[in-house]
Amino acid sequence: MKNKIVTIALSAAMGLMASTAMAGTLEDVVAKGYIQCGVTTGIPGFALPDADNNWAGLDVDYCKALASAIFNDPDAVRYTPLNSAERFAAMSSGEVDLLSRVTTWTMSRDTQLGMNFTGTMFYDGQGFMVRKSSGITSPKELSGAAVCIQTGTTTELNAADYFSANNLEYNPIVFVDRDEVVKAYEDGRCDVYTTDVSGLAANRSKFADSSEHIILNEVISKEPLAPVVRQGDDTWFNIARWTYFALVNAEELGITSANVDEMLGSDNPSVKRLLGVEGDFGAPMGLTKDWAYQIVKHVGNYGEIFERHVGVNTPLALERGVNALWTNGGLQYAPPIR
Amino acid sequence: MADLKRSQKSAPKPSFINDPKVRGLFYQFVVMAVVIAFVYVVAKNTAANLAAQNKSTGFDFFFQASGFDIFFTLIPYDRASYYWEAFVVGMLNTLLVSVIGIFLAAILGFILGIARLSNNWIIAKLAMVYVEILRNVPLLLQLFLWYTVLLKTLPGVKNSLEWFGAFVLNNRGLYIPKPMPDATFNWVIITFLIAVAGAFALKYWAKKRLEQTGNRFPVFWSSIGLLVGLPAIVWLVSGANLAFEMPTLQGFNYKGGLSLPSEFMALLLGLVLYTAAFIAEIVRSGIAAVDKGQTEAAQSLGLKDGDRLRLVIIPQAMRVIIPPLTSQFLNLTKNSSLAAAIGYPDLVSVFMLTTLNQTGRAVEIVFITMMVYLILSLVTSAFMNWYNARVAMVER
Repeated sequence: MKNKIVTIALSAAMGLMASTAMAGTLEDVVAKGYIQCGVTTGIPGFALPDADNNWAGLDVDYCKALASAIFNDPDAVRYTPLNSAERFAAMSSGEVDLLSRVTTWTMSRDTQLGMNFTGTMFYDGQGFMVRKSSGITSPKELSGAAVCIQTGTTTELNAADYFSANNLEYNPIVFVDRDEVVKAYEDGRCDVYTTDVSGLAANRSKFADSSEHIILNEVISKEPLAPVVRQGDDTWFNIARWTYFALVNAEELGITSANVDEMLGSDNPSVKRLLGVEGDFGAPMGLTKDWAYQIVKHVGNYGEIFERHVGVNTPLALERGVNALWTNGGLQYAPPIR
Repeated sequence: MADLKRSQKSAPKPSFINDPKVRGLFYQFVVMAVVIAFVYVVAKNTAANLAAQNKSTGFDFFFQASGFDIFFTLIPYDRASYYWEAFVVGMLNTLLVSVIGIFLAAILGFILGIARLSNNWIIAKLAMVYVEILRNVPLLLQLFLWYTVLLKTLPGVKNSLEWFGAFVLNNRGLYIPKPMPDATFNWVIITFLIAVAGAFALKYWAKKRLEQTGNRFPVFWSSIGLLVGLPAIVWLVSGANLAFEMPTLQGFNYKGGLSLPSEFMALLLGLVLYTAAFIAEIVRSGIAAVDKGQTEAAQSLGLKDGDRLRLVIIPQAMRVIIPPLTSQFLNLTKNSSLAAAIGYPDLVSVFMLTTLNQTGRAVEIVFITMMVYLILSLVTSAFMNWYNARVAMVER
């Protein structure tokens, strides 16, 4: 805890001292040979280190995709675990090159913090988890409940809006670390745990008695979770944004990590352009022309990443839902490469 | 010629640049200029960097609605309140836990310090074990421990411990009846304040009488009579009514009454037990610093046990105790900033974490938070220095 506060204070101090040369993130990254990627302190399915400190998850794969595009090497990434209170300070101070840590895209963050959001990796919404034994079926029955929340999140504000709009009293018990939030809920300090539905599912998968907890159906907010880069560096912003688009386009064109080499011989002009067989879309971003081929080769397409970390065959067991491609009735959509 | 000779004889006047006075002034001026230049460069660089990062800056956010709720506040507060109100809520919560903590830690510390000097072997060793364990484990770990202990050992809401239908304890916190005095009851409070003033006057008068006549007056018991008796008579005569609002179980939790959340109790417990260990050592060293001959001399003068301690030993011990005691009070206040780890909404939690995150004004908010702790510490120090000057022995 003390360390975290020190980190924030240091970051603020670095804001004081740091040179203004923030512009060339790509040059900096190429010079040091790896990307410094800010991730969560550990949410199953999104970013979690295994016993050998190999990070895995949806957020982590985005960092790997970026590293593949720049270095042809998905492992040219170093991870900085950040809690929600530290993340923007770490960005401002230049401690990390980007954030890929379930961060909700909001207007104030986009316009006031000096940040840019590159594209919605995961469409989420805030939900509530309660104990089955409580008999609660709707958040409207939560009047007077103690609610465990993580500080510095949109969750905190959404909960205030929701309970106020529905004239419900509640007691927000706020912690800095997600682990503390979850522990307090498990210990019975709170009746309710609220965060993004994906986060609820992820944390529930860690509970010993996971079947004793239910996630209420009602979702009270829009939580588009997006990677974040610093404002004022358009080259880096373009690379980060088109890495995400490449993942989505690859899925739409049916290119997977398994068939990407076959696809090099495809007659489809869209596939040819994406994989760099026809035209060079990498050079204008400062990358090689096979940038998207490298992404799909090493990390796979968006659908593969989703199913690998949070899909129905994982402990989180999330359906694609709104995160399906637009062609399947979802919201995942990418502009064409041409 | 004669003048020159005389001046050479008395003191060789150094040249202007070799004059130590001038040199001293010069170096002070240089240091001052460097400091000012440094502050200026840092401030300018900060402003430039923040502008380059397209970040909003300034203190205008203080007058925007905060949008978040706080569950434990001493003043009315909700999501429509301004950020400055959130700041005040956090500061009051910090003050609350610090003031109560300092008070309790001082009492416990004095008891433990005296216990360590006890002739009773078991009491002395128990106090020693307490001190050595508590002061050698990091406070943050102790806070987590107390918080976990409270959450794990106390029953849930449905199985709360209840006493007399008025006091309720569960893992959410402690609930006590809330006094609801009517308008007439103010007279009782006023009478009580008058009685307090009377007790002080009595003490002063008794001291004068003791000095003049050598006769003692039972100040303690007569003061108690004054403090309890006077308000009680007024209460009965005026017919003032003091109702209590009892905590009652409604839905998820107890409502009504006053509530002290588990987070507050865990923080207070951790701070008090930890700081008391240090204070115990300070008290022990202070008393040990008074020469044994002082006790013997007081005995030979025929002073009673209580007077000997009060008039001879304690004043000399206080001289040693107060300065380090001040540091411990400051430490307790500053350590209360660990509150955020266990969910108590203190200044750091509400302002430096939540508000900073929602507004992104890192530099401004960290600066203000640091200033608040600095001012709190300086005020505490000033008070303790004043107190120290007042109780310090007049040395001859």
